[in-house]
Amino acid sequence: MIEMIDVYKSYPNGVNALNGINIKIEPGEFVYIVGPSGSGKTTFIKMMYREEKPTSGAVLINGKDVASYKNSKIPLLRRNMGVIFQDYKLLTNLNVYENVAYSLLVTEETRTRMKRRVMDVLELVGLKHKIRMKPQELSGGEQQRVSIARSIVRNPKLVIADEPTGNLDPETSIGILKLFEEINALGTTIVMATHNKDLVNNFRHRVIAIENGEIVRDEVKGEYGYDI
Amino acid sequence: MIFKSLFYHFKESWKNLFRNAWMTFASVSSVAMTLLILGGFIVMTMNLNYITQGVENKVEIRVHIDRTAEKDEVTAMRSKLEHVKNVKSVEFSSKDDELELMRESWGKNSSVLDMFEQNNPLHDVYVVKLVNPQDVEKAAKDIESIDFVDKLQYGKGFVNNLFNVTRIGRYVGIGLIVGLIFTTIFLISNTIKITIIARRREIEIMRLVGATNAFIRWPFFLEGIWLGTLGAAIPIGILSLAYYYLYTNVVERLNVQFLQLLPPNPFLYQLAGILIGIGSIIGVLASLMSIRKFLKV
Ligand SMILES: Nc1ncnc2c1ncn2[C@@H]1O[C@H](COP(=O)(O)OP(=O)(O)OP(=O)(O)O)[C@@H](O)[C@H]1O
Ligand SMILES: [Mg+2]
Repeated sequence: MIEMIDVYKSYPNGVNALNGINIKIEPGEFVYIVGPSGSGKTTFIKMMYREEKPTSGAVLINGKDVASYKNSKIPLLRRNMGVIFQDYKLLTNLNVYENVAYSLLVTEETRTRMKRRVMDVLELVGLKHKIRMKPQELSGGEQQRVSIARSIVRNPKLVIADEPTGNLDPETSIGILKLFEEINALGTTIVMATHNKDLVNNFRHRVIAIENGEIVRDEVKGEYGYDI
Repeated sequence: MIFKSLFYHFKESWKNLFRNAWMTFASVSSVAMTLLILGGFIVMTMNLNYITQGVENKVEIRVHIDRTAEKDEVTAMRSKLEHVKNVKSVEFSSKDDELELMRESWGKNSSVLDMFEQNNPLHDVYVVKLVNPQDVEKAAKDIESIDFVDKLQYGKGFVNNLFNVTRIGRYVGIGLIVGLIFTTIFLISNTIKITIIARRREIEIMRLVGATNAFIRWPFFLEGIWLGTLGAAIPIGILSLAYYYLYTNVVERLNVQFLQLLPPNPFLYQLAGILIGIGSIIGVLASLMSIRKFLKV
C-alpha cells in the first residue's frame, strides 16, 4: 500500500526533517507514528498526500511514485485517500451534511448517490441527527467525527491522520480511536501520527517511532515509549 | 465535467458576493462609479460627435457671383472652384432660387419679399461643400482669389470653436476612459484578491479533498463577472433615466437647431450593451489577474 525508499526531506530553510526513511505499510494495517515534537511526523505524513515533495527518494502509494507526480495529478491522488487533522479543517459556513458532501462534490458525484453515501457515513460516526448544524455548534469530538466522515465518504483504501485527538479530552479521544478501529476493520489502512500515550498503549497496533527524521523503532504491537 | 458542477459554481460565486457583503458593496459601487463616469463620457462624446457631424454636413461656403460676370465666365468659375483643394461638390443656385430659399425660411413674413419679384437684388450663388469641413478657412482663402467672386458666406468663428472644443473633448475623453478602465480592473482584482485571501482556509480544504484547480477557480472567475455586470447595471439605470429626461424635457422642447441629441432608442440600448460588455470584460480580466497571482497552483 505505502512504501518509502530512502526518503530525505530538507525544507528551504535548511532544516533536515527526514533523513533516509525506509518503510513499508501493507493494506489493512493500523499504524501509529510516534516521536518527540519536531521529529518529523507531520513531514512524514505530508509525503503521503503530496503536500510536500521529498528532496530525494521515492514515495510509493499503490505502487506509484507520488514524488514524481505532476501537480495536476495531485487531486486524483487525494481522492483516493482521506486526510484528518488536529484542527478538523471543516468549512464553517457549511453544515455537517454539506461538509461531508463536499468531498463528493469535487468528484462530480450524482446527487442521489451522494445523499445516500453521506447519510451512511454520518450514521457510522453517530451524527445522523445533527446534519443541519454548523461546525461551530458542535463539540470538538463531534467536529472531528465530521471530518472523519468526510475523509471516508469516498470509501478510500487509506486514511491518514495527523494528531487527530490533539485537541480532545481522553474520553472523546477513545471514541475517535474506536471509530478508526471500526473503519480499519472494514479494510481501510490507517496511518495516524499521535502524541497520545494512553491510546497507543491501550489500543495496541503497529508503532513506528521517528526521531530526528529517522525511524528508530518499528514494532508490531508496540508501546508509545515516551514519557509525554 | 465542468458542466455538471456549473450550477454549484454559480451558487457558490453568488454566495461569495453576500458572504463578503461589504467588500461586494464597496467594489460594486466603485465599479459603478467608474462606469458611470465612463458612461457619461460615452454619452458626451457620442453626442458631440453627432452634433459635429450634423454641423459638418451643414458647413458650406456660399460663393456670391459678381453680377457683372458673363455666362461663360460663370461656367469657368465652376471648374475653377472644383479644382480648389478640399472641395467636395459645387452646386449652382440662381438668384431666383436664393429668393425662394429666403422666402421659405422667413415663413409667414415672406410676403415682404414679393416686392423683389421683379427686381431681384440677390446674387447668383455657388454652394461649395468641403471634404474636410474643419479646414474651411483655408478653402475660403483659396476661393477668394478666383475671378468674379463677390463675397463669401460661411460660419467662421462658430465652426472653428466647435471643432476645437470637440477635438480636445475627444482626446481628453479617450484618455480618461482608458485611465478609468485600468483603475477599475485594479479595484476588482483587489476585491477578488481579498476574497481569495479570506477564503484561504477553504481553498486549502478544497485541495485536501481533491478538488482540481479548475474547480477551485470557477467561483472566483464568476465572481469577477458578477462584480463587473452588477457594477454596470447601476450606471445604466442612472444614465438612461437622466438621458431620457434630458432628451424629452429639454432638447425636444427647446428645439435648438444645433443641439440635436442622439435619439434614446437605440442609443440607450447600445450604451447598456457597451457598459455591460466593458463591465464583464473588466471583471474577467480582473479575476484572471488575481487568480493567477493569488491562487498559486
Ligand atoms: N514548512 C516548513 N518549513 C520549514 N521547516 C519546517 C516546515 N515544517 C516543518 N519544519 C521543520 O521540520 C522539522 C520537523 O517538523 P514536523 O512538523 O514534521 O515535526 P512533528 O514531528 O510533526 O512535530 P510535532 O509533534 O510538534 O507536530 C521541525 O524542525 C520543523 O521546524
Ligand atoms: Mg506534527
